[in-house]
Amino acid sequence: MPDDTPHRLHQLRGSAPAKRHNARTVAALTGNPGCARRAVLDAAGVDKDALAKQIGFPAKFGQSQFAITRGNSFEAQVKANGYAELLRLLREVLGLEIEEVGSTDLNDVGGNASQEVRHTRARQALKAAVEGREPLTFLDHPLLSLDVGGNIVYLEPDLVAFHHDGVLHVVEIKSFAIIDDQAGGSKVAAAARQSAVYVLALRRLLGDDKVSHDVVLVCPKDFSNQPTAVKIDVRKQLITLDHQLTRLARIDNLVEQLPNGLSLDLATHTPDELVSALSIMEARYAPSCLNSCEMAYFCRHEAAGCTSALGTTVREELGGVEYVTRALDLAQGKAVASVEEEEAAAMLRITAQIYGSVAA
Amino acid sequence: MSAISSYARALAVDGGRAYPIATRRHLHLSDHPLAFVPLTMAGEANAPLAAMIGTDRDNPTMLFVPQPRNRTLRFAFADQLATIVLKYIEDCPRQGVETYGKEGKVRYLDAPQMLVPNPAGAAFVRLFGRSTRFRRTTGEYAVSPQVPLLGRWLTWFGERSEHPGSSALVAMTSALGRHWATGQSAMEDANLAALLAWIDPPAGVAATDAAREAEDPTIWPPAGPSTDPTFDNEILAPAIRLYDEGKHERALAVLERDLRSQLEPTWRLMWQAIDLLRTLPPGDTVPVRWTNDRTDFTGYHTYVSGGGFPQARRDGAVAAARRLQRLEREQNEYDATCALDDPLVMASFRVTGEAFAGTVVEVEADRKILSDKGRRVLRPRVVVRTGDPVQLLAATKLRSPSRPKQDVTILSINGDRVGLQIENGMGRAGTAAPGTVPTLGEELTYTSVFPESMRSPELPAPEDTPWTHGGPPKPYTPTDDDAREVWE
Repeated sequence: MPDDTPHRLHQLRGSAPAKRHNARTVAALTGNPGCARRAVLDAAGVDKDALAKQIGFPAKFGQSQFAITRGNSFEAQVKANGYAELLRLLREVLGLEIEEVGSTDLNDVGGNASQEVRHTRARQALKAAVEGREPLTFLDHPLLSLDVGGNIVYLEPDLVAFHHDGVLHVVEIKSFAIIDDQAGGSKVAAAARQSAVYVLALRRLLGDDKVSHDVVLVCPKDFSNQPTAVKIDVRKQLITLDHQLTRLARIDNLVEQLPNGLSLDLATHTPDELVSALSIMEARYAPSCLNSCEMAYFCRHEAAGCTSALGTTVREELGGVEYVTRALDLAQGKAVASVEEEEAAAMLRITAQIYGSVAA
Repeated sequence: MSAISSYARALAVDGGRAYPIATRRHLHLSDHPLAFVPLTMAGEANAPLAAMIGTDRDNPTMLFVPQPRNRTLRFAFADQLATIVLKYIEDCPRQGVETYGKEGKVRYLDAPQMLVPNPAGAAFVRLFGRSTRFRRTTGEYAVSPQVPLLGRWLTWFGERSEHPGSSALVAMTSALGRHWATGQSAMEDANLAALLAWIDPPAGVAATDAAREAEDPTIWPPAGPSTDPTFDNEILAPAIRLYDEGKHERALAVLERDLRSQLEPTWRLMWQAIDLLRTLPPGDTVPVRWTNDRTDFTGYHTYVSGGGFPQARRDGAVAAARRLQRLEREQNEYDATCALDDPLVMASFRVTGEAFAGTVVEVEADRKILSDKGRRVLRPRVVVRTGDPVQLLAATKLRSPSRPKQDVTILSINGDRVGLQIENGMGRAGTAAPGTVPTLGEELTYTSVFPESMRSPELPAPEDTPWTHGGPPKPYTPTDDDAREVWE
């Protein structure tokens, strides 16, 4: 990284403290890897939620307190009575041996809950476990760290379980139900992406062979509060995540292209100034951004009239033409196609002709 | 998604309104559909919070659970829901029966139709069926006798909704999206209010503005089953707390009012959607598909009336394979018949070159060829000129929507001229009966995609399931565990 990249990123963010990532936001980085705007904002630690609000396009990611309550109470229940329930489940899915009961609670260390202290303690405990110096089954809420675009991000998996042949497994406790061995696909996918972040953080600390790509997902069974566990293979998620983090590390290429002194400081800039600064950073909006990125409503507004705002499939079916009006002009023969557009234009003309012949 | 629907989306962006992608209605719409708008409590596994239900748009019934975490209150909700749904179902057999087939089988003239706002609403129906169908009506954890019966029927609705072309349980966003293309993405179309804003915006409001407004949960509460998190935190949670504190009367009044405010806008949208779909004339094969629903309803009604077991949790290997085969066949049949019913659906096949439309420019009505058996047989030849990008090969079999019973084979394709041989449907005489062969100047569409009896691979009987697939499944009988299953 050229020397001035951290400085320029800091300049971009302004006076506000850098926004802390968590496993969910790190996992979301893999959602739209081609988006330069998002990459720069995340690398600079800009508070996208506040930024979007300031420019009049607030994100709509509320969380119901009922969901939070249920999530917490389920986790507490799973870990109750010295992890009795969890032990039974992990013996089944991982084949843990019965005598290996032992756990370390890393939620806080001797009343000291500062992140650095907790992380150091977690690192020591994990290394000791892997090197076989301490018999250990569970590490509860170990604080891990991961380098995300030059910033250290602290991550907190629900649990790390230690397997008897020296391999660690990440255990993720989620409160969505697995009913008759089936669960909602999008929820499982989100859990897998999030767990992959923990696996990656552990692997960078301990080495790839010490951490399994099989994570254990613990969820309520059917309509009860009884937990059930399944193994999920997150190799695919690991590859995309690793790729995206490597890309973020090369953020200097993107930063170099921005004008020197560019700033998104909410304290000193008007919404109009923020919008014009943002428009310099190229975004790649897709409808799925609405589910994962705080800037999505702004980007959607900006992408109005683009075929990609209608979805990737629609864009492809419109011959990959970037703008809706251009696609329609080509389809209706109002514009002359360039050489690259010829094939798309021929297809669009046929579509328009057939649609016109049958639509009222 | 097809080139046609994507093009219609582009038109919608430019025109500021939705564009049609169908000229006929491809689903059955009952005269008295049961509209159902369910809401669930966030975080819980399909725990009912409230619902608006009924066949009368001006007089829906509202149900709600003052504390959705309370098991007894949940089953009270299920009982109230059962009263409405079961009465609606039992009205269908009273409409009379008809006999069909060689064996003179009997089926009801009507079947129930449940309409929900979106696919998540349909998933609620299926899961609510799953959580109630195994319950026992005696002993520990006894529930009202209606509850397990409701569970069986909701499971039936949920199961039917997976069959392509079935109209027993319909998600309105899917039904509307089948007939109109909006100027937004398919993901945004999942919002019923936004989708309707494009198709039928309020007078004097641009569709784009109406669609943006539809995304504001304070103006248009979500169509469920998930509620707006801000509503949960700021309105629902204090009201439920009131109930927990024992101030029941006050809590019930507040919950009734607040939940009604969340349900009523969607209720109105449901009927707006029904009205819109009714403006389209039904496709010719819609009654045929509805007959399949009626047949299946009759069969299940008979089974349930005879005290049949609730549906098993999982299918056995053979049953699952059979079911997949059937779904695949139904999908092909649905795609093909919709196109035969509707020139705008057929347009998608014309763009891909699997079908074409054109004008008859040559007719050789008395052409005869030697058959395989050496007899001279009547096989007229016609040539159709088309502007469509035909991607078919000689010897391909075709059918025309206007002559659905007549097989045609491609003889040759020369530029925009397609030579066709008429195979049958010309009467028994030595010359073609009048009107059975296309005439000069006739406008015709021919397609290579039509319903055809597919050969399915042979499957073993369930009792011969090989060990690779778990061996013969144990015949399903409900267990005490099923009935006692906790629902916390």
